[in-house]
Amino acid sequence: MKAITTILAVAALASVPLWLRDPYLLNALITTGIFIIGAMSLNLLLGFTGQLSLGHIAFFGIGAYVSALTSLGFDVGLPGGFRLVHTPWPPIIGFVLAILIAGLCGYFVGLLSFRVRGAYFVIVTISFAEVVRLVALNWVELTQGPLALTNIPPIALPLPVFGELTLRTKFHNYYLVLVVALIAYLLIARLVHSHFGRSMRGLMENETLAVSVGIDVTRTLTIAAVISAAIAGAAGSLYAHYIRIIDPEVFAFINTVTMVIMVITGGKGSLAGPVVGGLIFGLLPVALRPVMAPEAQWIAYGGVLIVILFVLPRGIVPSLALRLAGRRRRSPAPATLTETAAKEPA
Amino acid sequence: MTARNIAMSIDQVAVRFGGLVAISDMSFTVGEGEIVSLIGPNGAGKTTAFNVMTGFLTPSAGRVTYRDTALAGLKPHEIADLGLIRTFQRTSVFPNDTVYDNLLIGLHRQGRVRLLDAILGLPGARASERKLRQRASELLEWVGLERRAHDAAGSLSYGEQRLVGVALALAAEPSMLLLDEPVSGMNASETHRFVELIRSIRDRGITILLVEHDMPMVMTVSDRIVVLNYGRIIAEGIPDVIRNDPAVIEAYLGHGAGHA
Repeated sequence: MKAITTILAVAALASVPLWLRDPYLLNALITTGIFIIGAMSLNLLLGFTGQLSLGHIAFFGIGAYVSALTSLGFDVGLPGGFRLVHTPWPPIIGFVLAILIAGLCGYFVGLLSFRVRGAYFVIVTISFAEVVRLVALNWVELTQGPLALTNIPPIALPLPVFGELTLRTKFHNYYLVLVVALIAYLLIARLVHSHFGRSMRGLMENETLAVSVGIDVTRTLTIAAVISAAIAGAAGSLYAHYIRIIDPEVFAFINTVTMVIMVITGGKGSLAGPVVGGLIFGLLPVALRPVMAPEAQWIAYGGVLIVILFVLPRGIVPSLALRLAGRRRRSPAPATLTETAAKEPA
Repeated sequence: MTARNIAMSIDQVAVRFGGLVAISDMSFTVGEGEIVSLIGPNGAGKTTAFNVMTGFLTPSAGRVTYRDTALAGLKPHEIADLGLIRTFQRTSVFPNDTVYDNLLIGLHRQGRVRLLDAILGLPGARASERKLRQRASELLEWVGLERRAHDAAGSLSYGEQRLVGVALALAAEPSMLLLDEPVSGMNASETHRFVELIRSIRDRGITILLVEHDMPMVMTVSDRIVVLNYGRIIAEGIPDVIRNDPAVIEAYLGHGAGHA
């Protein structure tokens, strides 16, 4: 049943560029898709370990800059009169490096903050994002600062038969984003349903007990942070090569908030939640733009957010799943569905 | 009492919270395969002693040794890796998960596979997963909770939650089990069955240290009893000796418990 739903959803998403001819809408779908990947990575931390990363866009932005700089090349002075010169590499290598370096940043942020957790993690991640933004803004020699990195080449795939396929069009990029999103989704699904996923759930539900059966808190959370950051880095790389221009504004706090909204409304701790929440809040501004004044758009956006959280406080996917299932209990799902409920005052 | 190898020794342990002395000077040993009970009035320092033995609390003085390993400085999960597993008085389950999933979480120490193998679904990881599920079912049967396997652990009665807590601890493959008031919230017949369970656990070679208020239960099941009062050991010995010890009767049992 669930598998059929997933296959139908994927098939529907895959068919979109075949009938949707409007480039503006296709563009909106691509950027939304990129942000959904970011939201899925945030959900891995927020929904499955209970740790809120309020600087999640940092990993996304780092991925974008790493990927852009790898494919553009740079020539920067280092202390002591040395110069670091990098000649451009293919964007696909940038994509891989973006994943690795964002993951490494996730490791250090996790290591720093998970010894104490909770509020510390929130603050460390906010500060981290702000520091990275300031670096991107002020290290002009490397990043061009506010002048932005421009002319970022599109991703080219080395294919066995056709030679190299440069993903220049929206049509191509749509499928690229869809494929990466699918891989990220499957990766997170596997992870969550594995033995490691159960450790994360145990920690979130009852940390003392989890520790007493031998679960290493710091290690578990750090691994989750690394994977989450790496996926966010992949999303950032896609963003850089699709938009083909990035500036330090990519690190803006509002971008993290957008991902948090996507996760919370869709349903944190549910795999499909960020996808549903992401589609709604990624496309809502597009839908509102032609019918409302700019100020009214944001009011409507906030209104929709409040209504969703008011009517479906656990998020759209978990609430609907619970209603459809008629309170039938299943093994893998209920852990996080009831997590928010447990925290509500009795 | 026959001579046994010492599993755990507690040497001159003291715990102070600021000016409050929770444990002043505690020394005793637990032999391999023995069932030892730690009893005493509320606030005597029993749970504090448990927390010291499992690394949740660092003692102000003294040392705890388990099978020749000093526990000082080890984190709780590292102590769990030594085979020293505890249960908790209150928070004994993962409430939102099913009983079955609780056990799968508890099987953490048995299920360590490489993360990449698990993500890729390699045969090794899948075989390990099958083994875990098999083991979880066995444990459920052992503690007698098969029929509750797919209910959320938080929805069970207190007595059943205690059983889940014990099963969780057993899932971690302990060589020594520390049970913190396991029969509180159980009725007489549940307690009776629990005593059988404790014996069957011991019969598999697992050493047991028990903190409990239910005196008839303690007297039936224990090989030896250590009595704490105001953070000090006031008596130690086999149940018959403890039952008739004037200091224990004065401090804890009261007159009349001698007939228990």
